[in-house]
Amino acid sequence: MIKVENLYKSFGHLEVLKGISYEVREKEVVCVIGPSGSGKSTFLRCINLLEEITDGAIYIEGVKVNDPKTDINLIRTEVGMVFQQFNLFPHMTVMENITMAPMNIRKISKNDAEHLALELLAKVGLKEKAYNYPEQLSGGQQQRVAIARALAMKPKVMLFDEPTSALDPEMVKEVLDVMKQLALEGMTMVVVTHEMGFAREVADRVVFMDGGYIVEQEKPEIIFDAPKNERTKAFLGKVL
Amino acid sequence: MDIFDLRWDIIWNYRELFLRGLWITLVLTISGYIGGIILGVLLGLGETSKKKWIYWPSKLYVDLFRGTPMLVQILIIHLAFIPAVFGQSFGFMVSGITALILNSAAYNAEIIRAGIQSIDKGQMEAARSLGLTHSQAMRKIILPQAFRRMIPPLGNEFIALLKDSSLVTVIAASDILYAAKVVAGAYQRFWEPYLVAAFMYLVLTYLLTKLIAYVEKRFSNSYNPRKSRKGRI
Repeated sequence: MIKVENLYKSFGHLEVLKGISYEVREKEVVCVIGPSGSGKSTFLRCINLLEEITDGAIYIEGVKVNDPKTDINLIRTEVGMVFQQFNLFPHMTVMENITMAPMNIRKISKNDAEHLALELLAKVGLKEKAYNYPEQLSGGQQQRVAIARALAMKPKVMLFDEPTSALDPEMVKEVLDVMKQLALEGMTMVVVTHEMGFAREVADRVVFMDGGYIVEQEKPEIIFDAPKNERTKAFLGKVL
Repeated sequence: MDIFDLRWDIIWNYRELFLRGLWITLVLTISGYIGGIILGVLLGLGETSKKKWIYWPSKLYVDLFRGTPMLVQILIIHLAFIPAVFGQSFGFMVSGITALILNSAAYNAEIIRAGIQSIDKGQMEAARSLGLTHSQAMRKIILPQAFRRMIPPLGNEFIALLKDSSLVTVIAASDILYAAKVVAGAYQRFWEPYLVAAFMYLVLTYLLTKLIAYVEKRFSNSYNPRKSRKGRI
């Protein structure tokens, strides 16, 4: 589904990703963990080209993402993204946030788009907030709307960039629950997270990144209970 | 001449000249402002562009027009630029409006650039990640938000332009100030005509301030919780 080959990314002289190769299969849930500055968010943002790639290649369903001939906007419609800071559009209601892209890009009618939005809002438990503005919602509610907004494009993959890191502790669960539900429904997901409990419970595979490399990738029970690499052990020793 | 011995009848005799001046000032300012906004939006977008061949000309333009006095710009446009390009002059109206557009565009461009850049970059990323093109994201997401922040400084620019429009008297444009000068020259009295001119500008700027305050209030409310259709949290 997603294939990353020898990915390099530099910001100026700072090399953040130093040759990442990776594959995500359909319906797989992959959690990416690692210390701050290990390049895990950058890695995620490269997948839909929010960051320009310095070297290497990324394929989504066989289409090379970083090919100048590829229509990146088309690729992005297939790849949903959820951000740490939610990034809802503050000048639009929840409903407008969700219907904007399907109406403008998928060209579906307003009626159909609103119908779809209500369905998705019901799914994330926020149907009654459809006509509120983002600033009237709590952080957890905003993030759930952001997930609904991404799902409205019916993406094939969902990328989550530390979706619960900006939330108050009591709101983390409501967001993780929505994500868990998505995973159960068979959504292909790549999740950069610090929520080790979530990774252990939901991930099919856990990727540990450090210093711009993938250090270790394993099933969660192996990586959490019997990590092989010293750096993985050191990191997990600090966070668990 | 005693300043308490003012002869307002002079002004009354020249009321048509002042009214014509008022009209000219309004036409100059409003056309200059509208043109300045349109050109300013293009330049402001140019200044936020990553493409060097768009960015540099925009930046150069803004620096040039902000870095030179408007009076000098008016003279160059009226006496040198327009005759050189078109082989003739089209009168003070064309030169005056051109100068006001070109000058205010530079200031508006800076306001628009700052407004766009004040929007969190996560907004653009969220829009692009949904598949919107850069220009769709600009139109639907960035500019509507930036516009609200631009209203107060763009309003100030309107007022500044109204006052600066008096500089066109230098090319004999018959605006408010010109009417005052004519009367002053004819009667060798200075208090009455210039006070009337000042008062007319004051009334105009006062009315503009009210208009801007109204627009500001109207738009700042648009994502106010109280205006949403259903209840609060």
